[in-house]
Amino acid sequence: MSLPLFIEQILNGLQFGVMLFLMAAGLTLIFGVMGLINLAHGSLFMVGAFACAAVAAATGSFWLGLAASLAAAAMAGAVIEILVIRRLYERDHLDQVLATFALILIFSEGTRWVFGSFPLYLDIPPLLTGAASLPGGGQYPVYRLAVIAVGIAVALGLYVLIGRTRLGMRIRAGESDREMIGALGVDIGTLYTLVFALGAALAGLAGAMVGALQSVQVGMGEPVLILAFVVIVIGGIGSIKGALLGSILVGLTETLGRFLLPHLFALILPASEAAGMGAALASMLIYILMALILAFRPRGLFAAST
Amino acid sequence: MKNLLAASILALSAGLAGQAFAEPVKIGMITTLSGGGAGLGIDARDGFMLAIKQSGNKDVEVVTEDDAQKPELAVQIADKMVQSDKVDLLTGIIWSNLAMAVVPSVTAQDIIYLSVNAGPSALAGAGCSPNYFNVAYQNDNFHEAMGEAANKDYKKTFVMAPNYPAGKDSLTGFKRYYKGELAGEVYTKLGQTDYAAEIAQIRASGADSVFFFLPGGMGIAFTKQYAQSGVDLPLLGPAFSFSQDVLPAIGDAALGVKNTASWSPDLDNETSKAFVESFKAEYGRLPSVYAAQAFDTANLILAASAKASVKDKDAFRAALKAADFKSVRGKFSFNTNNHPIQDFYVREVVKDGDTLTNKIVGTAFTDHKDAYAADCKM
Repeated sequence: MSLPLFIEQILNGLQFGVMLFLMAAGLTLIFGVMGLINLAHGSLFMVGAFACAAVAAATGSFWLGLAASLAAAAMAGAVIEILVIRRLYERDHLDQVLATFALILIFSEGTRWVFGSFPLYLDIPPLLTGAASLPGGGQYPVYRLAVIAVGIAVALGLYVLIGRTRLGMRIRAGESDREMIGALGVDIGTLYTLVFALGAALAGLAGAMVGALQSVQVGMGEPVLILAFVVIVIGGIGSIKGALLGSILVGLTETLGRFLLPHLFALILPASEAAGMGAALASMLIYILMALILAFRPRGLFAAST
Repeated sequence: MKNLLAASILALSAGLAGQAFAEPVKIGMITTLSGGGAGLGIDARDGFMLAIKQSGNKDVEVVTEDDAQKPELAVQIADKMVQSDKVDLLTGIIWSNLAMAVVPSVTAQDIIYLSVNAGPSALAGAGCSPNYFNVAYQNDNFHEAMGEAANKDYKKTFVMAPNYPAGKDSLTGFKRYYKGELAGEVYTKLGQTDYAAEIAQIRASGADSVFFFLPGGMGIAFTKQYAQSGVDLPLLGPAFSFSQDVLPAIGDAALGVKNTASWSPDLDNETSKAFVESFKAEYGRLPSVYAAQAFDTANLILAASAKASVKDKDAFRAALKAADFKSVRGKFSFNTNNHPIQDFYVREVVKDGDTLTNKIVGTAFTDHKDAYAADCKM
């Protein structure tokens, strides 16, 4: 196993992790601030991807598509918050799960109704095509480097937003005592809509960026949603820092597991069986990781203080 | 005079009813109409319904239900169709893991199942059944054809498939005929969407070509990411990875890729040409290989129903086995295990105007049989 291959796999893990972070950040923010389990977060990811693909196909510009994905996901988020989610804050988690699961079905069939059942075409912008040279002689797609950069930028942006701005102060206050900040004259309804739209926009951004890498199709959000839930459970529910570290941890474990486990098994088994066994174990690996972390730190690595 | 009138009315109505079958036929179609794999199921359903519609036969009733690509749901639907809808025949399943969940139990209840796509090896060999007819292929076939075709140009191929029955069948099939060495063998997760880790291994493997089987959205994701990665080894695959349902979403990244199938939209026979034209007219898109197989399945059922009553199982099975219908694949017959004997072609992805499609560039096998027929005792 050569060094360039190893570096490339680390970057792949990072890129995957950063993409998960965009999903997990919104999910954990919404849970932390409103105490709401939002299963429809994956649908917002899908909305972002479809908006980007549709606008990019109509205008020929990926960048307009990217802007459209942010706008469409934020709008969809704000609309469902006002119409549906708002009624769920006071209810228990089972009601929330049921209602947001219904939203998944509505979004999926609605999207199929509008765009049809066949996957849409979305390619990366010409500016970011091609591969960059890595130290050690390897190559890495420029677009994936750009995804990593966007993820880091979003993480920094969130850090500043939550830690340094008035809005962030209100969000933190909302997390610790929602009645008190309501009593202090903060319009808690608008704040919740804003936070929800922000989380939705991040999911839409992730959907658009990932849509250019894979296929834009109905149901593309749910596999990512499951991983995002794993991330926030590992990172500690409600913690942005936990979401970031959890994402990177899950991204690296998933990618390196897929890459290294078949090689490990190949030491003791014939190649074909090793490939099958390795692949099977690799797909379980992050859940094993989650179980281990839950066994030792039941509240996750960076549980928000309550 | 009165008698004459009655007789002529009778004769007239008998003439009109010339198309009707001895018994009406009720067909249950279980296929994937929602979720990521929906494109395949919709193509199969549309191809199937097109044949029924063209026959103009009023004695055929098709009940369609969506399995959402979930084995447990497919089993429930099959039970319901057998017990409360009282269907005579079942068909439609796209995915091998669903077929494995449904087919053995329904054929054991003496219901005839006709496969429009899935052909797991377990049902072709020791697990074969007189009630199971595969009108598509045995899973290994397309991959065997590519293994044979790859021998001409390549010596060291990297192979990759998802970790499920059809994925295992795929690589087994490829290796059965491929004589070169393997630069690597990788099983991916079913439904995986990011292939960066696998592409990195391909880059480092020193391969001279890449064979992959990734149906539906998986293939779209892989092909796009591969094109972006800067690795420029030639891609080989079964037609599933480059079928008409996924080509528009892959885009120009698919141009020039070689793939193998039993059918192609440009196949030179009258039935196929008429099928492509009428499918385009009806649905406004080119048919995929899934649509073609389902179209054949429906025509096989129609031909058999005209010869024998569906209630007389033995006669109906014999009528199906005779395969006396006009196939879009030109010639078509059943082997001893009720799996097809057919030709396999090498196709290349080309651009026809603005549309990406496949063109036949060679023949991999003539009258090819699957490898499991000898194990089938029935």
